[in-house]
Amino acid sequence: MSISVAMTVNGKPASGKVEARTLLVQFLRENLGMTGTHVGCDTSQCGACVVHVDGKSVKSCTILAVQAEGAKVVTIEGLAASADKLHPMQEAFRENHALQCGFCTPGMVMSAIDMVKRHNYQLDEATVRRELEGNLCRCTGYHNIVKAILAAAPAMKSAGV
Amino acid sequence: MTAATGIGARVLRTEDKRFLTGTGRYVDDLPLARATYAYFLRSPHAHAKIKSLDISAAAKMPGVVNIFTGKDLVDAKVGGLICGWVVKDKHGEPHKAPAHPVMAVDTVRYVGDTVAMVVANTYDEAKDAAEAIKVDYDVKPANIDLAKALDKGAAQVHPEAPGNLIYDWEIGVKADVEAAFAKAAHVTKLDLINNRLIPNAMEPRAAAAEYDKGTGNYTLWSTSQNPHVLRLILSAFVLGIPEHKLRVIAPDVGGGFGSKIFCYADETMVCWAASRVGRPIKWTAERSESFQTDCHGRDHVTHAELALDKDGKFLALKVETIANMGAYLSTFSTAVPTYLYATLLAGQYTTPLIYANVKAALTHTAPVDAYRGAGRPEATFVIESIVSKAAAEMKIDAAELRRKNFIPSTAFPYQTPVALQYDSGNYPPIIDEAMKIADYKGFEARRAEAKSRGKLRGIGFSSYIEACGLAPSQVIGQLGGGVGQWESAQLKFNPTGNVQILTGAHSHGQGHETTFAQLIHDKLGVPMDQIEVVHGDTATTPFGMGSYGSRSLAVGGSAIMKAADKIIAKGKKVAAHLMEASVADVEFENGMFKVAGTDKSVPLAQVVFAAYVPHNYPHADTEPGMDENAFYDPANFVYPAGTQICELEIDPETGTTEIVAFTAIDDFGNIINPMIVEGQVHGGIVQGVGQALMEGAVYDKNTGQLISGSFMDYTMPRADNFPSFKLGYKVTPCPHNPLGVKGCGEAGAIASPAAVMNAVHNALAPVGVKHVEMPATPLNVWQSIQGAQRQAAE
Repeated sequence: MSISVAMTVNGKPASGKVEARTLLVQFLRENLGMTGTHVGCDTSQCGACVVHVDGKSVKSCTILAVQAEGAKVVTIEGLAASADKLHPMQEAFRENHALQCGFCTPGMVMSAIDMVKRHNYQLDEATVRRELEGNLCRCTGYHNIVKAILAAAPAMKSAGV
Repeated sequence: MTAATGIGARVLRTEDKRFLTGTGRYVDDLPLARATYAYFLRSPHAHAKIKSLDISAAAKMPGVVNIFTGKDLVDAKVGGLICGWVVKDKHGEPHKAPAHPVMAVDTVRYVGDTVAMVVANTYDEAKDAAEAIKVDYDVKPANIDLAKALDKGAAQVHPEAPGNLIYDWEIGVKADVEAAFAKAAHVTKLDLINNRLIPNAMEPRAAAAEYDKGTGNYTLWSTSQNPHVLRLILSAFVLGIPEHKLRVIAPDVGGGFGSKIFCYADETMVCWAASRVGRPIKWTAERSESFQTDCHGRDHVTHAELALDKDGKFLALKVETIANMGAYLSTFSTAVPTYLYATLLAGQYTTPLIYANVKAALTHTAPVDAYRGAGRPEATFVIESIVSKAAAEMKIDAAELRRKNFIPSTAFPYQTPVALQYDSGNYPPIIDEAMKIADYKGFEARRAEAKSRGKLRGIGFSSYIEACGLAPSQVIGQLGGGVGQWESAQLKFNPTGNVQILTGAHSHGQGHETTFAQLIHDKLGVPMDQIEVVHGDTATTPFGMGSYGSRSLAVGGSAIMKAADKIIAKGKKVAAHLMEASVADVEFENGMFKVAGTDKSVPLAQVVFAAYVPHNYPHADTEPGMDENAFYDPANFVYPAGTQICELEIDPETGTTEIVAFTAIDDFGNIINPMIVEGQVHGGIVQGVGQALMEGAVYDKNTGQLISGSFMDYTMPRADNFPSFKLGYKVTPCPHNPLGVKGCGEAGAIASPAAVMNAVHNALAPVGVKHVEMPATPLNVWQSIQGAQRQAAE
């Protein structure tokens, strides 16, 4: 625990001491106690750990905490505007039953938001399915996740997020 | 109660908010002060003697708190892990039960067998120290290939099971079946492998434990589908901690699919070591560890024959199966290929004579146990594959042959020749609806159009039946099950009128917190936001059997309804007193107690308040409080059924398969929340399609190394492997439970492998391919096409 690291997480300054080998996801979960970001594999396949780093979706198991020095990190905990107002993507997941056990959900939602923005709020089913290649879900069969993302794209546009 | 939120409504899930905002609490999320972390050293060999094990260097590594080995458990007289279901072989002898030490003592028997536990201040320190443990292995020949596991000369896994045979079991009268075959106009034969699968719930298994020195109480947090059952096993058989001194909590659990039913070595160790370490211990499996140590599923080698008369009526079915148990018998492993498999071989059909022989074999591979469907997908795959093959051979339409043999709707309750009595069903309208939605009539035109693009298009049926809602206890007991299979519920009203539903079932994705609340909202009229469902904690919920075998609603939901009836009965007495009426005149409707034929009424909330503040109360015959519990043990299993139709295209140049349409029509009896039911079907279909086209656990046949040991090597279904699904329902209510419900959790996975593979065979028939094994990967399909072409050329 010898290296100091500092970044902005969900709009607030966050810092701590880490080992050189500490991954960003470990820093979030263990140093900051932000356990919304999940670890589902050890080969960067499952996507449960996706967060946004400087506006881009990143698997937080693929970068070291020290690589995020000075970055703006957004996690699943930082999406909802308030306790009562979910992000349009979170709301679409709820309305379309796009989650069951909830374990892959944080990464799915973070990937989906990034996907919608990269495609300028214009998506079709085939694109959504192709873009989800980095996120595994074992419960939903993806059917309702695809529906939710297609529903969220226009909702995000009109909400201006 | 409103129609928008009661039984049958698409109520959005109450649990979603915490999962969507990152505030769910899974085992690994627990903040435990002064926690230590465990890492397990696993065997790198499939079969070896441990010549020596030296922990001295590891014990000196930074941060190490303690290291435990199998010898420590022997010294502490810790029991072995158990198999809880005794299957009697064809001579009436109980199955062979080899010892299953929690950690290996002198022999390791599969890659991943547990050798040592390192506890350190951090996880990385524990892992680093494990690398410094020196184990000298004497590597022995391994028995990996299931088809050869029972052969003479195969390496022996346990001395207690000579020839690696756990049991040789049968059902049906072989001579009667043989006599029917002798008279058959046509016999269809099929050899198949039901491929081995790795469950891969997205949350890896995890455990944490804490010991309270002052009280002597243990708390174990586990990714369990059945915390009470886990506690019972640990208390009564393994650790000897009295049940009342062990609290097991299964908090939010990230998927199970069967793999989190069982009692595993690692969670046992975490619990046991907590008192020795004197600090809390946390452990979470790495994914590669999950691949190696979670119980795997399926893994059968089967030969089947179906006898038909000249018109296509089924006369008899015989099935020979070798089922893989792996290296040790897991908790329910013995029941899966017998009572959950061979008893389902009648399918939806009137086949009058069935004989099945199942040999359970040990191999030097991870234990095999229940995985979504557990035996029923294997049975459905046998039946639905051989029926479609018979249809092709006899040139009868696949749907027509099925229809010709369906059990007629007038024949229920229907006694099959393989022990089960189906309670209800009506199969022909299901297949009709599926064919309509799938536009079966238009298929040949679509096939021709695909051909013009160079694609091979195929269509496949799968008409499944399953027995689920696991219970009834009496039958389970007669079949050798070591536990009861009822479910419990408690309805605990608070003085202010809100209510907790405490259930013995466990939700790990199924949405019980919503569905169960809908039941009470509908029955008692309590607003949804005044209801909380509590599950997964042995300290707060009544003893329950947990969730698996699509039992939560049919058994657990029925227990909730029974408890609600008790609330109404008690409430009537209180209401009668409050309204100065006779109890016999009080009726309950829409959350109100009313005196029949008058305008007198009192709401449930007021009755509840009176029960807790009993100033004006019928004390003579009624206790204060409004808190009732119930146990429900049904009369029979429930029998969901349905038909799936898969349509796909194969590119003969690359062997790739694209599913272009998938239809599923199910009869789940009455439906409480169609949104949740659809989600269960979607997920099940994808797991079954995964088995058919992608997934397969592969061990090296010589060394026993798990080749498919990560998400880079084991193909998980992804979003772009599928179209959107078309679902529909037909309803024949279950006649013997109060809700009229059947189970929906496993149906998708039970039916879909056969639907896909029948479509694959249908697509490949024009190019001469006779048989493709699962998974029908591009390589597998391409090689089959090449093989057929070579054969045609010769």
